[in-house]
This record gives sequence, C-alpha cells and structure tokens, in this order.
Amino acid sequence: MDLDALLLSRLQFAFTIAFHIIFPSFTIGLASFLAVFETIWVVTRREAFKTLYLFWVKIFAISFGMGVVSGVVLSYQLGTNWSVFSAVASPVIGPLFAFEVLTAFFLEASFLGVMLFGWKKVGPGLHLASTILVAGGTLMSAFWIISANSWMQHPTGFIQLPNGELRAVDWLQVIFSPTFPERFAHMVLAAYLTTALVVGAASAWRLLRRGAEPESRIALRMAIGMFAVVAPLQLVVGDLSGREVGRVQPAKLAAIEAFWETRSEQPFHIVAWPDRAIEGNRFELSIPRIGSLLTAGAIDAEVKGLQAFAPEDRPPVFIVFWAFRVMVGLGLAMIVLGIWGAYLIWRTAGPEHSRWYLRAAVVMGPAGFVAVICGWIVAEVGRQPYVIYGVLRTADAVSPVTAGQVSASLLGFMTVYAVIFGVGVLYILRLIAQGPEEIAEAPPQRGRPPGYALGATPDAAETPVDEADR
Amino acid sequence: MSLDLPLIAAGVIALAVLMYVLLDGFDLGIGILFPFAASDADRDVMMDTVAPIWDGNETWLVLGGGGLFAAFPFAYAALMPALYLPIVVMLLALVLRGCAFEFRHRARARGKRFWTLAFAGGSLTATLAQGLVLGGFIQGVRLEGRAFAGGPFDWATPYSLLVAVGLVAGYALLGAAWLVWRTADELHGQARRWAWITGAASALLLAVVSVATLLVHPRIAARWGLEVRDAAWTVDAGAAPLLAIPLLGLAGLAGVAWSLRKPQRHHAGPFVGAWIVFLSGYAGLAVSFFPNIVPYDLTFRDAASPDNALALVLGGVAILLPFILGYTVWVYWLFRGEVGPDAGYH
Ligand code: HDD
Ligand code: HEM
Ligand code: HEM
Repeated sequence: MDLDALLLSRLQFAFTIAFHIIFPSFTIGLASFLAVFETIWVVTRREAFKTLYLFWVKIFAISFGMGVVSGVVLSYQLGTNWSVFSAVASPVIGPLFAFEVLTAFFLEASFLGVMLFGWKKVGPGLHLASTILVAGGTLMSAFWIISANSWMQHPTGFIQLPNGELRAVDWLQVIFSPTFPERFAHMVLAAYLTTALVVGAASAWRLLRRGAEPESRIALRMAIGMFAVVAPLQLVVGDLSGREVGRVQPAKLAAIEAFWETRSEQPFHIVAWPDRAIEGNRFELSIPRIGSLLTAGAIDAEVKGLQAFAPEDRPPVFIVFWAFRVMVGLGLAMIVLGIWGAYLIWRTAGPEHSRWYLRAAVVMGPAGFVAVICGWIVAEVGRQPYVIYGVLRTADAVSPVTAGQVSASLLGFMTVYAVIFGVGVLYILRLIAQGPEEIAEAPPQRGRPPGYALGATPDAAETPVDEADR
Repeated sequence: MSLDLPLIAAGVIALAVLMYVLLDGFDLGIGILFPFAASDADRDVMMDTVAPIWDGNETWLVLGGGGLFAAFPFAYAALMPALYLPIVVMLLALVLRGCAFEFRHRARARGKRFWTLAFAGGSLTATLAQGLVLGGFIQGVRLEGRAFAGGPFDWATPYSLLVAVGLVAGYALLGAAWLVWRTADELHGQARRWAWITGAASALLLAVVSVATLLVHPRIAARWGLEVRDAAWTVDAGAAPLLAIPLLGLAGLAGVAWSLRKPQRHHAGPFVGAWIVFLSGYAGLAVSFFPNIVPYDLTFRDAASPDNALALVLGGVAILLPFILGYTVWVYWLFRGEVGPDAGYH
C-alpha cells in the first residue's frame, strides 16, 4: 500500500481522536463524581467528602487540560485533512458542532476556572453550582458530538441535491437520528465506567499500600456501586446498539461477527482469524447456531455475511472482529468485578480486606480506556469504506494536501502527544501516590491568604515524601 | 421581511475571531514576555493572572473554527488545507502551552524549567503561526471552483513573515498592558517598561504592515482609494471616511502612551488603549477584503451554508451568546483585582 495523503490522514485522524477520547471518557465521568462528592459534602459536611473532592479535582484539572488541547486540534483537523467531508457534511451537521461550542465548551471552560481557583472566592453553594455546570457541560458536549457521529453512521433527515450537495429537511431527524439514543447512552455509561475503574483502582492501590484510609474506602465502595449497576446496564445497551447495527449497517455486523456466508443458524465465533483474501476465517472456534440468536434474536433468523457485499464495500474484518471481542470481554470482566465487590460489601467485612479484590481492581484500572477505544474502532472502522454511511466514501473526503505535509504533521502530533501523555500520566500517578489527605491538607498548611486555590500541591522543596518517591 | 442570514453569520464569525484575538492575545502575550521576567516567582504571578480564564479565552478560537465550519463550509474547506502547515504548528504550540498551565506547577525543578520553556516557546510559536495564517490569508488563496488549488508553501512569503512579527509585538503589548493592570509592585513597574517597548514596536510594525498590505494586492489599494494608473498613483477621495480607521489606531496608541505616563491612576488604561489598536487593525483588514471570505475569489455569500442551517445556528447564537458573554464577564469580575505572589493560585 502506498503511504499517500489519504492513508496518512486516516492514520493521523485515528491517532489524534483516539488520543482525545481518552480524556473525555475520564472527565465526563469524573466531573459527575466530583459533583456527587461536593454535594454530599455541602449537605452533610462530612470532611472525608471534601478531602475526596479536593484530591480528585486536581487529577481532573490535569486530564481536562489535556482533553481541551487535544480537542481543539480535532476541530481544525476536520478542515485541514477532511476538507471535502467538511464541505459536504457541514450544511447538515455543521450546526451540531456549532451548538456543541455554544452550549458545552464555553460553559465548561468558564466554570472550570471557578471550580479550580474559586474555592475561596465564592461560597460553597456557588462553587457546587460551578462543578455541576462543568459536569453538565461535559454531558452536553457528548450529546452533540455523538449526535453528529450517529448521523454519520446512519444519515437521516436530509436530501441530496442534483449537484451532490446535502440539505437538511428535518432537523429533529438529523439530531436524533435512529441510532443516536443507544450510542449516546452507551458512550455516557462507558465514561462512567471508565472513571469508576480509575477511581476504584487508585483507591484499591492506596488501601493495599497504606491500609485503612477512610477516603479510599468510601471511594472504592462508590466505584463498586458503579460497576455493579452500570456494567450490566452497559451490556444491555450494547446489545441494543448491536441490534441497530444489524438493522442499518449489516456489513458492519457481519464484520463484527466474522460472518461470511448469508444464512440462518449462524455460528458464534468466540475467536477467529478472519481473512479478506480468502473470504473466510483461517481459523475459528465457534458455538454453532448461537450467532443468529445473539445478533438477530432467533436461531433461525437469516443474517447477512460479508460475501453479500461487493468487495469494495466491505469494512476491514480482522480489526473490527477483535476490537469488538476485547470490548465485550472487558465489559464482562467489569460485570464480574461489580458482582464480586457487591458480594464483599454485603457478605464480608468489606472489600478493603480482600487483597485479591484490591489487586483485581488495580489491574482493571485502565480497562475502561481500552474498551472505549476498541468500541470506537468497532464503530468507525466498521463503517468503512464510508465516512458518511452510504453517502460519502472516505477516499473521496480527503483534503487536497500532499503526503509530505501530512507526514510532517503526523510526526509532530506523535512527538508532542507522547510528551504530554507521559508527563500527564506521571503527574497523576504522583498525586495518587501522595494520597487524598496530604493533597487536600496542603493549602491550609501553607497558610495562604484568601484567593488561594484548590489547584495546589506543595512545592518540591517542602514535600519530603514526594522526593523519596522519585 | 427576510433577514440577510449570510451577512449576519459573517458578522458573528468576525466577532468570534475578534474576541479571540483580544482575549487569547493577552494570555499568549504573557507567554511571549515570559523569558524577560526577572525571576521564577514573577513568572508564577504572570501565569496566575490568566490561569482561571485562559481556557475560556481559547474557546473563542474553537467558536471561530467551528462557526466557520458550520456557517461557511466552503471557506473552511478552502482555507484549512491552504494554510495546513502553519495551522498544524499553531495547534501543536497551543497543545504544549495549554498543558504548561497545569504541568508547570506540578513539576519539580527540571520539569518546571521544561514547562516554563514550553509555555514561552509555545506562546511565541502559536503567535507566529497565527501571523503566518493571517498573512497567507491576506495575500490570497488560489482556488479552483471553491476548492483550494495551490501548493503547500504558498503562505510562506516575506509579507506573511512581517505580519507574524507584527502580531508578536501586538500580543506582547496586550500581555504587558494586562500585567500593568493586574499586578503590583516590581512586576507592575517591569510591565510598564515592557508596555513602552512593545507599544513602540507595535506602532512601528503596524505602520510597516499597513503599507505592505496596500502593496500586496491591487484590490486592497483600490479599496483604500489608491490606484496605479499609467505607472502613477491616483487617489480617490471617496475613500476618505475610511481614514477614521487608522485614526482610531493612532488614538489607541496615544491612549497607551498617555496612561503609561500617569503611573498613579488608569491601571487599566494601557490595556484599553491596546484593545483599541487591535480593533483598528482588525477593522482595517475587514474593510480590505470584504466581501471576500477567502481572498480574493470567494465571497461570503458563495461560501455560505444553506439558509436553513444558518437560521438554526443563528437562532442558537441569539439565545446562547448573551449567556456566554454574561458568565464570561462574571468570571472575569470574580477574578478581578491585582494578583500578587501570595494571591498565587497554585
Ligand atoms: C465527527 C465525527 C466523528 C466522531 C465523533 C468520531 N469519529 Fe472516528 N472518524 C471520523 C469521524 C468521527 C471520520 C472523519 O469520519 C473518519 C476519518 C476518516 C474516516 O475513515 O472516518 C474517522 C475515522 C476513525 C478511525 C479510522 C478508521 C479507518 O480509517 O479505517 C478511527 C480508529 C476512529 N475514527 C476512531 C474514533 C474514536 C476513538 C472516536 C471517539 C472520539 C471517534 N472516532 C469519533
Ligand atoms: C470529531 C470528533 C470530535 C471533535 C471535533 C471534538 C472537538 C473538541 C474540542 C474542540 C474540544 C475542546 C473544547 C474546549 O476548548 O473546551 C473538545 C473537548 C471535549 N470533547 Fe471532544 N471532540 C470530538 C469527539 C468527542 C467525543 C466523541 C466525545 C465524547 C463522547 C467528546 C467529548 C468531549 C469533552 C467532554 C470535552 C471537554 C474537555 C475534556 O474533558 O476533554 N469529544 N472536543
Ligand atoms: C458488555 C457488552 C458490550 C456490548 C455488547 C457492546 C456493544 C457495542 C456495539 C455493538 C458497538 C457498535 C455500535 C455501532 O457501531 O453503532 C459498541 C460501540 C462502543 N462501545 Fe460497546 N459494548 C459493550 C461494552 C462496552 C464497554 C464496557 C465499553 C467502555 C467502557 C464500551 C464502549 C463503547 C464505545 C465507546 C463505543 C463506540 C460508540 C458507539 O458506537 O456507541 N462498550 N459497543
């Protein structure tokens, strides 16, 4: 394959958006967690919740900053690399992007300042309101962007003029396209799960190292509550999403399940090595007949295989098939973690006394991010060769730029993102190592005057623990 | 009665870009001035004056880009590939300096030096890149139909480099004037000196860029009433009212100088003056290429989205923009007052 501007643009887009989505998946959930911590503190005045808030808000600040800067990149990249896509799609989904900026980005950015630096400047009520507005902003942002993406997956509510241009005819159908509800729910649940996994892992790790720490015990229990409720819900919503895919994008469904022939009683492949060259699976381990049941709800339902589509209309199979299995596998592991944790809470002295549980929670810490990225790979790669399904092919959407330009920019993004990712993760891990008490207590210890913000850690010279960790 | 939606939309985009320049301009300017600060403590204060608000400032850039995408897709689709490299460089620089806000005070000694450098270098680079984008834009973009048809380095000319240097001086002036307003004691005195120097540099470069702009494309000169006929300049008196724009710029510069000479009062004076200078420069440019949105072959009408999309967007703007402006002002007001070493947010 030639490393042309198209392929490079695809690599660059996949890289930059996969990088970006890491942060929203965490900040959408964490903003809501913070709103809950602060509400409980304001209502009950239990110090532990204030400590938790002050601690996690610092991790939030770092992640949010990285989410913002990587998001700004995306909003320009649609033009620099996908200018034909922009010109074609904008008359229909342009307003959705504009509404995202107007309803979400300004809200988040403005009240983030109050959230991080306004602790001593506004009363607890206004501060809580700011946290809630930021949390609402992140959900609003997800609403609009998923709306745009759902339309690209299954465009409705528009007509195509003879000259090829698109016109919206029904805005409600554009915004609430048929697959939107499932996708939006699936993404928001994914964000909540991702955050719960990180909060749970950090708390479990501190409990393993430091023993009983009240804040970490509370946070771990909250995280377990999330796994137990949200992970099974995610399975249900994911299944609904899969049904929709079978209805509107049969080629994607066939790729997800590595179905090649069209038939009833499709087998379910647990693992397989699908190969486009031989139009079949080189290897498969399958349960007969269950495939039709899982995807279409009945064993005798006929489900289309990839051979029903012209070769140039088939999405890549291998990556879609495996990304789906990783996502679902991790989803099932999350359900197990939730049930196990709930059992420990109800039937034993508590999860903090089970070292195996704590270790499992630590190991599962990054699982949400992996599942989210795999999920997006399923959705986006599975939609190929189209960028707007059935309307515009990816190959026709690219900008008139040269391969040289795109390689230079891709190299630039890889370098800069590697630096900020490495450093950001390091600082977050350092904060977790210091722990809620120390972080939250820091400001009063230094006796700063009013106006002093939350976003503070002690300077290097004043934190021996910190130095020792190096 | 039917509204002229493309015209209103063009006004909204112009407003978003202007807000971006006026607001992010001063926090980029602070990064440009970073290397000249006397101490790391001063740098902490400089950063603290903008830490709570920079994110909101940068969001105007997203509105500018997102708004252009939504309202003038053909302009967006032509300009972004045409200015590919400077835009990517700007984005990368904004990534680094944006992260520096949080990272710099989380870092220890070595890390702190790196993020100080990243903030200064990122701010300077982003400004230069924005100047190159602006210069490349004013020079004009080669189109075929409504799509970009030029080469990857069309923007790279002495003229665009001149604009870039001018923008650095201008943003540095905004940054210095902001610090005059929002800091005290020695840093405040330092900021006054910076404001003098960057003010003088801005005045000079503004004059040079203005003249160069008249020469860069005959249409601009014609718009300002100057035409070359038979190898001689002719002047069209009809353009005289436009002289108000450069006069406004001069008034702004005079305001900066006047309020800098009165050290006791008018701490916000230089900042207001600097804003007026930018306003005049912006108006001057707008006049030069209106009604083109991609100079000089695509007008805003030809680049616009269909009316039903514009109506939806503008309806949203009409309802939401007042709220946005309202809470933006509230946040600025909340963080008003001088920031000293101990009001330090970090
Ligand atoms: C604006 C709508 C939009 C949204 C919200 C997303 N994508 Fe996307 N994605 C595209 C619009 C798009 C696209 C413009 O349509 C691309 C670019 C090239 C292409 O093939 O489709 C694409 C491609 C694309 C590819 C490469 C597929 C290929 O080239 O074969 C990957 C891996 C992702 N996306 C991943 C993601 C992730 C991780 C997202 C989560 C944020 C995401 N996408 C959201
Ligand atoms: C093509 C796809 C996307 C584009 C163009 C895009 C654009 C942006 C931009 C410009 C920002 C920065 C806004 C600011 O300055 O505050 C941002 C941040 C954000 N984006 Fe995206 N985005 C995309 C995909 C997504 C997806 C799929 C989600 C979630 C479901 C998402 C959720 C968020 C959130 C929550 C933020 C707030 C900052 C953060 O916490 O990271 N974005 N995005
Ligand atoms: C447990 C069983 C799960 C099932 C059956 C499932 C099913 C699906 C399906 C069918 C899609 C493709 C939707 C489309 O292309 O239209 C999808 C996408 C996605 N999944 Fe899952 N999923 C599961 C678990 C998870 C988990 C645990 C996460 C993350 C924590 C996750 C995150 C995502 C994301 C981010 C997308 C892309 C956005 C979207 O299309 O909605 N999924 N999932």
